[in-house]
Amino acid sequence: MTGKLEGKVAFITGAARGQGRSHAVRLAEEGADIIAVDVLEQIVDTPYPPATEEDLAETARQVEALDRRIVTAKADVRDLASLTSAVDDGVAQLGRLDIIAANAGVLTGMTPTSSMDDDLWDDMVDINLSGVWRSVKAAVPHIRAGGRGGAIVFTSSIFGLRGTGSSGHYVAAKHGIVGLMRSLAIELGPEMIRVNTIHPTQVDTDMIQNDRMYRAFSPEKDAPTREDFAPKSQAMHLLPVPWVEPRDISNALLFLVSDDARYITGVSLPVDLGMLAK
Amino acid sequence: MAGQLEGKVAFITGAARGQGRSHALRLAQEGADIIAIDIAAQIDSVTYPMATPEDLDETVRQVEALDRRIVATQADVRDRDALQAAFDRGFAELGRVDIVLANAGIAPLTMEPTYQEWTDVVATNLTGVYHTVEVARKALIDGGRGGAIVLTSSTAGLNGIGGDTPGGLGYTAAKHGVVGLMRSYANVLAQHSIRVNTVHPTGVNTPMVVNDQMQQFLEADPQMGNAMANALPVPMIEAIDISNAILFLVSDAGRYVTGVTLPVDAGFTNKK
Repeated sequence: MTGKLEGKVAFITGAARGQGRSHAVRLAEEGADIIAVDVLEQIVDTPYPPATEEDLAETARQVEALDRRIVTAKADVRDLASLTSAVDDGVAQLGRLDIIAANAGVLTGMTPTSSMDDDLWDDMVDINLSGVWRSVKAAVPHIRAGGRGGAIVFTSSIFGLRGTGSSGHYVAAKHGIVGLMRSLAIELGPEMIRVNTIHPTQVDTDMIQNDRMYRAFSPEKDAPTREDFAPKSQAMHLLPVPWVEPRDISNALLFLVSDDARYITGVSLPVDLGMLAK
Repeated sequence: MAGQLEGKVAFITGAARGQGRSHALRLAQEGADIIAIDIAAQIDSVTYPMATPEDLDETVRQVEALDRRIVATQADVRDRDALQAAFDRGFAELGRVDIVLANAGIAPLTMEPTYQEWTDVVATNLTGVYHTVEVARKALIDGGRGGAIVLTSSTAGLNGIGGDTPGGLGYTAAKHGVVGLMRSYANVLAQHSIRVNTVHPTGVNTPMVVNDQMQQFLEADPQMGNAMANALPVPMIEAIDISNAILFLVSDAGRYVTGVTLPVDAGFTNKK
């Protein structure tokens, strides 16, 4: 049976591990070749370690094990030139571009928004909002040049559709890419290039499974664990489940970029265990 | 390769033709057996021809050609007792239910509007959806395996379009009402791992939209013409596009999606 993305090429940011790696593998399973980038260094103070060169190499190994091609590069979404160079090189090797999955993002300190350090704010907006715009700027010309339409998906968050205390920088950036998506959906619609956002709740990756997150959710405990976090995370949701798997976000991404969703654009799709409806 | 819905049973209203038939076939292709119901008769305030018993027979034939089972019954979603009996018959024969698609709907958009249009469209497109979930609810919960419900709303369930007639206002009100129903069911059924979502199609190439009466109605009101203008350069979408979105929502690919309004509208809602 042929895959849903046979012959297509996808550009994925933040592809070294977590959701990004899962996206690369899921799209490759359906026949896509992959251009994978990741920053691979500690660029801001996150409560989890940065992805490594070994992580990105492991993504490449898993895609190649599916008999698909992958071009990897170290690139920083804060640096348009690094993105442009990575995409240009990937398209030169793989021949075309059809899909953009702007997945790269960070989660930094939870502090009161009105008194937040300037750097904390600026870095967040630079990475999670402007970084998505730069990914589009670097890659969209290749999709348009193909003249075959295409699909773009931004990874927002439940906090791209609702607020929360003490993370205004993250919430603003994740809301911001919804505005970007809505504008691009109108701008690129005439060329059959579709643009949508996915809004995950907690996904079981390093970004949420870390000591600082556990402490934020269980301040009453000395050394809270994943087991302490689970019921508190589950309480946010309608369905009796604490978090989703990267694969669940990848399945939503696959739906949105495949022909199954050929007429879906300008849409925000929550994959959130019912958190927003609660 | 095994289908995504192997061993499951889907209850589908309005299954005689159009989107409902397409849903029955798409889900059957993925391995589901089908409990199909349709009024297969005319409602007086509706001026375009509604489905017939022959249409429902054709859905049966096409599902059986896929080697799936189907129990089809003529029933009106406005009549809860008849709907319950039709569901019970299918459930008894097929042994379980996992998926509910409340798809039946009418669009009494006419050039000579009557108050009856309001009554009929609200009874069918809102109360009928409520009845559909209610008649299957106990069996779904008692199955103990979770489940997925999709209510077919419309772009008129998210936007004030539909026109200024009793039928058009009623259509828009009912399709918005379905969203409230979905959100409430998502909350109350989540404890049983039953997910509930809505889909919001723009104009779909089916007999409900592609008929002389609808064309006259749209042409008479320029605002209505705009209401059909999509962001993507396509005038209408196909029933299969709604079926594919529903398949995503009811399959394991959408296992953690609930309480969501999913437009399948070629960008209409975002652009309008």
